[in-house]
Amino acid sequence: MLMMGAVLASLSTWSLAEELVVYGARGEQLVKPLFDAYQKETGVNIRYVMDKEGPLMERLKAEGSNSPADILLTVDAGNLWQASQMGLLKPYASKTIDANVPAHLRDPKKEWTGLSIRARTIFYNTQKVKPGQLSSYEDLADPKWKGKLCLRTSKKVYNQSLVAMMLAENGKVATEKTIKGWVNNLATDVFPDDTKMLEAIAAGQCDVGIANTYYYGRLMEKSPNLPLGIFWANQKARGTHVNISGAGLTRYTKKEQAATRLLEWLSSDKAQNMFADVNMEFPVNPKVKPDAKVAAWGPFKQNVINVSNAGSRQTEAVMLMDRAGYR
Amino acid sequence: MPKLPALSGLTRWRVLLLLLSLLTLLPLAVIIPAVFSPDPAIWSHLVDYLLPQLFLNSAYLMLGVGCGVLLIGVSLAWLVAVYDFPGRRFFNWALMLPLAMPAYVMGFSQLGLFDYTGPLQSWLRASWGDSSWVPSIRSTPGVILVLTLAFYPYVYLLARNAFATQGRRALEVGQSLGLSRVQGFWRVALPMARPWIMGGLMLALMETLADFGTVSIFNYDAFTSAIYKAWFSFFSLDTAKQLASMLVLIVFVLVVLEQRARGRRAYTQSGRAAPLHRLPLQGGAAALAVLFASLVLLLAFVLPFGQIVWWSYQSLEAELNGDLLSYSLHSVVLSALAALLVCAVALLLSYAQRRAPSRVNQMLARLATMGYAVPGTVLAVGIFVPVAWLDNVLLGLFSSVLPQGTTAILKGSLLVLLLAYLARFLAVGHTSVDAAMHRITRSQEEAARNLGWFGWRLVTRLHLPLLRGGLMTALLMVFVDVMKEMPITLMTRPFGWDTLAVRIFTLTTEGEWERAALPAVAIVLAGLLPVILLSKEEN
Repeated sequence: MLMMGAVLASLSTWSLAEELVVYGARGEQLVKPLFDAYQKETGVNIRYVMDKEGPLMERLKAEGSNSPADILLTVDAGNLWQASQMGLLKPYASKTIDANVPAHLRDPKKEWTGLSIRARTIFYNTQKVKPGQLSSYEDLADPKWKGKLCLRTSKKVYNQSLVAMMLAENGKVATEKTIKGWVNNLATDVFPDDTKMLEAIAAGQCDVGIANTYYYGRLMEKSPNLPLGIFWANQKARGTHVNISGAGLTRYTKKEQAATRLLEWLSSDKAQNMFADVNMEFPVNPKVKPDAKVAAWGPFKQNVINVSNAGSRQTEAVMLMDRAGYR
Repeated sequence: MPKLPALSGLTRWRVLLLLLSLLTLLPLAVIIPAVFSPDPAIWSHLVDYLLPQLFLNSAYLMLGVGCGVLLIGVSLAWLVAVYDFPGRRFFNWALMLPLAMPAYVMGFSQLGLFDYTGPLQSWLRASWGDSSWVPSIRSTPGVILVLTLAFYPYVYLLARNAFATQGRRALEVGQSLGLSRVQGFWRVALPMARPWIMGGLMLALMETLADFGTVSIFNYDAFTSAIYKAWFSFFSLDTAKQLASMLVLIVFVLVVLEQRARGRRAYTQSGRAAPLHRLPLQGGAAALAVLFASLVLLLAFVLPFGQIVWWSYQSLEAELNGDLLSYSLHSVVLSALAALLVCAVALLLSYAQRRAPSRVNQMLARLATMGYAVPGTVLAVGIFVPVAWLDNVLLGLFSSVLPQGTTAILKGSLLVLLLAYLARFLAVGHTSVDAAMHRITRSQEEAARNLGWFGWRLVTRLHLPLLRGGLMTALLMVFVDVMKEMPITLMTRPFGWDTLAVRIFTLTTEGEWERAALPAVAIVLAGLLPVILLSKEEN
């Protein structure tokens, strides 16, 4: 009996040192290669538990101090901001992360950091539109685009974050006017996802639309001849809207150091390419170059407003879109 | 219903009923109390801008899907049960197939086929230069059609069971009174099949009301969109729970109304269940029957399945590997275990209702099956919260005995996952078993008792053989439903128990719908297994 206890105890200390648990909402196929590489390099085994952000947060809440999770990994800063609001995260103490990740892509309170950048910009049908006709998200509300605009549903957090950022910069009145203008310009009912919307632009159902760049990358890789162009929005203003996928330490992690080391590694030169390239996203670490296919879209100016605004303004943004009739 | 002479241990049945219901009522008990703490800011926004339209949209959906599944499900069931026409034996089982396809997969695949960028409209544009006259599938009729095609098998399966077990005696009596077969359908067969048909209809309607995956593919704003908006956009799970409670209330009222309307009628068959003598259809009538059955099969299965097979072919390299095998294995094992558990409990519940048929007990049994009306993700929280709470208590009590770093006792165990499926799918098993229970007469039970069969012996010798058809249907339906289930599996699965549905989730969450086609095909193929078994059983 005593021996069994001793064996169990040694087993558990062994697993304490060698294993981290990550709760994540990013597709497993996108993070698995990284975790495998990390294990090869350090011997630390990573258990990845995937679910939607909402249920993951409820899970952390219900488990409390008995949660096995060490890291929460999500897409969209709005979700991380919420997790931090709910008291589910714990600040990291790491100069490495602060050095690797630009300030606007991480939490001012250091409860989470971005790990890859997702740019949301304008796409157009190259047979119908010249890039010179395009300028900004706000311009797509102009009546000259009437019947020519395609959008994804406002239920997707990417659009909620985009509008939240516009709220933070342009204020309520101007933003509401823009959203109403978008709705008036719609060529067809809003789409369930970015890929479907991009395909509709290519097929000529509409001329322009807003999407995340990696959907474009994926689509063009599959069918390179689509008449679809990318345009970096708001370059003459504050820059193109960017969001992140990112992570933070869970409040009750019992392996703070090991978990912090994993976060540091994920933001390092070595992992950044792997993290971003697998989904054609942009690295957060400015020292790291994006994948060649991604780099071919040309350099662009990012909007450097802190991405945490996506969270703090989200409710307001969603309510505004409801009022404007943007479904 | 005539009151049964109290057997020994009437209270024992009551207690059993109570215990079984408690098991599935627990998640509801976590969800419903939220109604006492509404968030005024969110509620006033919902009421001002969303709820009126969403209620209306959901009402259209219920009405449309309700009529649709009745029309298609009952007519097809009647056709294959009492007529003979070329291909009848094939259609008999093939028409169940859409059940094996998750509604969200069906929706995505139909959208892929019929939307502006799909092959049909692209071809029209290439040939005639215009496709704008084609009605959009992203519309109310489009969503109704897709959900009808996805959910009609519930009605079809149950109604077919009813028509098949009615035997020919009742219809023959009708005939001797001068009723034609069509009149016999309306005056005799349909009323006698009511518990089955209404049960199937309720299942279809509950699925429709609780559906989020499919309607969101069409961006159709149903009542569930408010639930998800409250939770994922406003981060107010309480508001989401309040809205979900309203759903439960609506469904509960519907169920009770149906029960009331059904009244005290009995649905037992008279005499022995002589198999129906099928009436051969000739010429035009036979052609029409084949055409109708083929059209439904084409739209509900062949086309959408063909589409996902085509997509899987394109992503074969990325997805066809050893992992797929382990996902499939997990899916099949979980579905089989859950089907057995759910049907066993459904049987106990139904039998307990029969032994102790009071109004309170009927209510309790109805309530116990309400988990099916709650959107899966919300129910998942309702399940996880009490389990995590219990774990925290146990971990606190036994901290000195347990190895350091233990974070779970019940959490993430197979047991919890299976109980969660029970809370979700008891309605599916119960509907079929309970309807079949209605076919067993009091006199049959009396006769069996006169033979000296009591208790367990009575059940195994009399009820089980007579319930066989109903039980098989229940097993099949629960099996494929668990196979398709996503949110509860995600939240309560043991570590490493990723299923095909989980794989679909991980891919679609990054928008990779087409890559998710292969696991979807695997779900359909695994769902074929019990369909074929069931049809073998019938022959």
